[in-house]
Amino acid sequence: MIPTSELELVEAIKSTSEPVRIVGGGTRQGLGNTVKARESISTSALTGITLLEPAALTLVVRAGTPLADVQKALDLENQQLPFEPMDHRALLGSAGASTIGGVVACNISGPRRISAGACRDSLIGVRFVDGSGNVVKNGGRVMKNVTGYDLVKLMAGSYGTLGVMTELSFKLQPKPAEVATIKIHDVDDVTGVAALSRALGSPNDVTGTALVDGTALIRVEGLPKSVKYRTKALKDIFASQNVSVENDPVKSNGIWAAVGDVSELAGCRGDIWRISVKPTDGPVLVAKLRAAGIDLKVHYDWGGGLIYLRVNDDLNLRDHLAGFAGHATLIRGTGAGAIAMPPQNALVAKLETGLRAKFDPRGILNTGIMG
Amino acid sequence: MQMPIPNAAVLDKKQHIVHRLLTVLPKEAVISDPSQTRAYECDALTAYRCSPMLAVLPSDTEQVSDVLRICFEEGVPVVPRGSGTSLAGGALPTADCVILGVAKLNDVLETDYDNRLIRVQSGRTNLSVSGAVEEDGFFYAPDPSSQLACAIAGNIGMNSGGAHCLKYGVTTNNLLGVTMVMMNGDVVEIGGSHLDAGGLDLLGVICGSEGQLGVVTEATLRILHKPVAARPVLIAFDENEVAGACVADIIKAGVLPVAIEFMDRLCIETSENFAKAGYPDAEALLIVEVEGSEIEIEEQLEKIIAIAERHNPVELRQSNSEEESAKIWLGRKSAFGAIGQISDYMCLDGTIPVSELPFVLRRIGEIGEKFGLRVGNVFHAGDGNMHPLILFDANKPGDLERCEEMGAEILRLCVEVGGCLTGEHGVGVEKRDLMFDQYNAEDIEAQLHVKDVFDPKWLLNAAKVFPLTATETRRNAS
Repeated sequence: MIPTSELELVEAIKSTSEPVRIVGGGTRQGLGNTVKARESISTSALTGITLLEPAALTLVVRAGTPLADVQKALDLENQQLPFEPMDHRALLGSAGASTIGGVVACNISGPRRISAGACRDSLIGVRFVDGSGNVVKNGGRVMKNVTGYDLVKLMAGSYGTLGVMTELSFKLQPKPAEVATIKIHDVDDVTGVAALSRALGSPNDVTGTALVDGTALIRVEGLPKSVKYRTKALKDIFASQNVSVENDPVKSNGIWAAVGDVSELAGCRGDIWRISVKPTDGPVLVAKLRAAGIDLKVHYDWGGGLIYLRVNDDLNLRDHLAGFAGHATLIRGTGAGAIAMPPQNALVAKLETGLRAKFDPRGILNTGIMG
Repeated sequence: MQMPIPNAAVLDKKQHIVHRLLTVLPKEAVISDPSQTRAYECDALTAYRCSPMLAVLPSDTEQVSDVLRICFEEGVPVVPRGSGTSLAGGALPTADCVILGVAKLNDVLETDYDNRLIRVQSGRTNLSVSGAVEEDGFFYAPDPSSQLACAIAGNIGMNSGGAHCLKYGVTTNNLLGVTMVMMNGDVVEIGGSHLDAGGLDLLGVICGSEGQLGVVTEATLRILHKPVAARPVLIAFDENEVAGACVADIIKAGVLPVAIEFMDRLCIETSENFAKAGYPDAEALLIVEVEGSEIEIEEQLEKIIAIAERHNPVELRQSNSEEESAKIWLGRKSAFGAIGQISDYMCLDGTIPVSELPFVLRRIGEIGEKFGLRVGNVFHAGDGNMHPLILFDANKPGDLERCEEMGAEILRLCVEVGGCLTGEHGVGVEKRDLMFDQYNAEDIEAQLHVKDVFDPKWLLNAAKVFPLTATETRRNAS
């Protein structure tokens, strides 16, 4: 079903008696647990920017609008989505055009999450149709809003299980005039993550911190003099290490797009796991896995707290993560039969089940995708 | 202000409940004498008062859990209370309730600079969270005006903001995890030292739920390194509209100051008489603050000043020293106190799209004339969070009601232009009955679903946030 209006979407949901898969652009279909549904509902006809107000840093857009169209419109105003959503196509081997609704449904963020927050932090309003066909709005188009419960956050990352989103509002960010990347070469995981922590704990407004292939990467963005100043300040901090600076903005943007999209793991065979932990736990956890003889390739983002792992063996990585607070998601592969999404503890699972039962009492929306 | 009729059955068993609470709390933590429970009769919304049946002051998560389990079993309503600084009546008791105060939960549990986080008990005050890390150069960003007194528990309850959230976000953007006690006594851990939820973003809906979903006893908060320096510039205009246009131009230009504060003539004059900050004679005044190293501050101010000068300001005052910076802020920071010296006032908290500032300011003036009450405007202009202060005389019969009526009209105006009823104070009881002006029945029902799941017996702070008519069936079913 491809509803062309919110009203048609309401009808589609009300009239179906079977589970449905919710589809945006299809680029992230591989994420989450398998959904058993014969029917699907696509948001691809719910498109268009409803409001773009640069002087208020505000965007309101229909959920099926391609992300590329959103970015094109923002480019013209020299503004951007602060959370830098990653592109999953290479990693998942998918095709199509990502929609803004899909980005929100999966709460997709990129390297700038460490300073500007996640997708959920920039989302300020939402309209959705719940599993009973009710149209619900929450939040709005202003960036400070505590009127009632914040269902906006709840909808971000709910993978369509609470409702099908139709319209979204975002807080935007001016595009930085300049960008530079400080590279610290030839570091091991522990030294690299320690450097990222040091950069993040300095007053230099760092907007990207990754560790890829033995190089720690630190990004600064902003007005020209400011970027120059902070680049030097960071270079000075790491003066005793092998440091270079990428001042070409095009090259810097390329570096961070590759970091966000986990490009260096995309072509590898094997399973891909995504783990979120306390940043300093990152290298400790990886060392433990290596000590267990697991064949790994590692990608760190978010100062070390976001880890993508390529694992060659067919194993459930969660069996090796006891003692680490956080969560692990199987992004690609079989994981020895592990479910993709992280299981929750009993009390949290009870709350989640309770919420789904309220918003989707017939259990028809992307059933089981989150567990 | 209508509140639910107190439950007679609960009031009848007060002694039994006291007895049970004393099995889990020390004697001094259970307050039952009416002369002492009166201390909890209101929060900072002093127009409404009601002594609770009891107040309890547990000192750890386990005691909070024991208290809530007992209240759950006995069917006793509970109103959680941070420091009692709510301007919306979020901690206003009902006569049959137990006030659960978190004032004794004020320890720092962990500071971790490598991971840039601090874990505290929720009764700790906002400012003392920054205080615990400032010697090492760090701070906790959300800075509500009441930060000297307000508790993190209340900040989480109301998703509090502050003057600097244009850059740093509000509480929800700086909250990493909570330990929360559910109404039935279950203790649930949500989030922590890692980023983002593995499942549904429960943390996101807990923050700002006004103490209706559970009692947060511990919180993990993001801390940041302090900027090298900060400096404000004062820009005065002879028209509100021009000041509004200047704000829009600054934002559009790609500079993101940490704060853009706005004051209108009434506030400028009143605070000038009170604080003698040397403010100019003007219709509107902006304080724009930027942060960074010397070179970064100069670079940003240069751009801001160039924009401001295009709008022909009547005065543009740069700061050349810490003292001059403090003086620029002095009037703004004294504004509420100064107004309080000359009159009783009601502080509103509606948010509007920044582009609507000039129109809304004009309409507020007209509404003031219609009701015959003066109104001053002092607010965070960068994010459109307005704080109209309506002046009234609490001793004059009918004046409070007139003031409330006028406040409601202003808030409806905020909603009409695409904004909302409250940007950072919360709904509480104050704006409860206006919720249908912003949301329709389906929107409200979706929010009530969440409450149903977290607190199925509707015992936690249940008379707040939603119009009583919308929750009556649920509250009475318990």
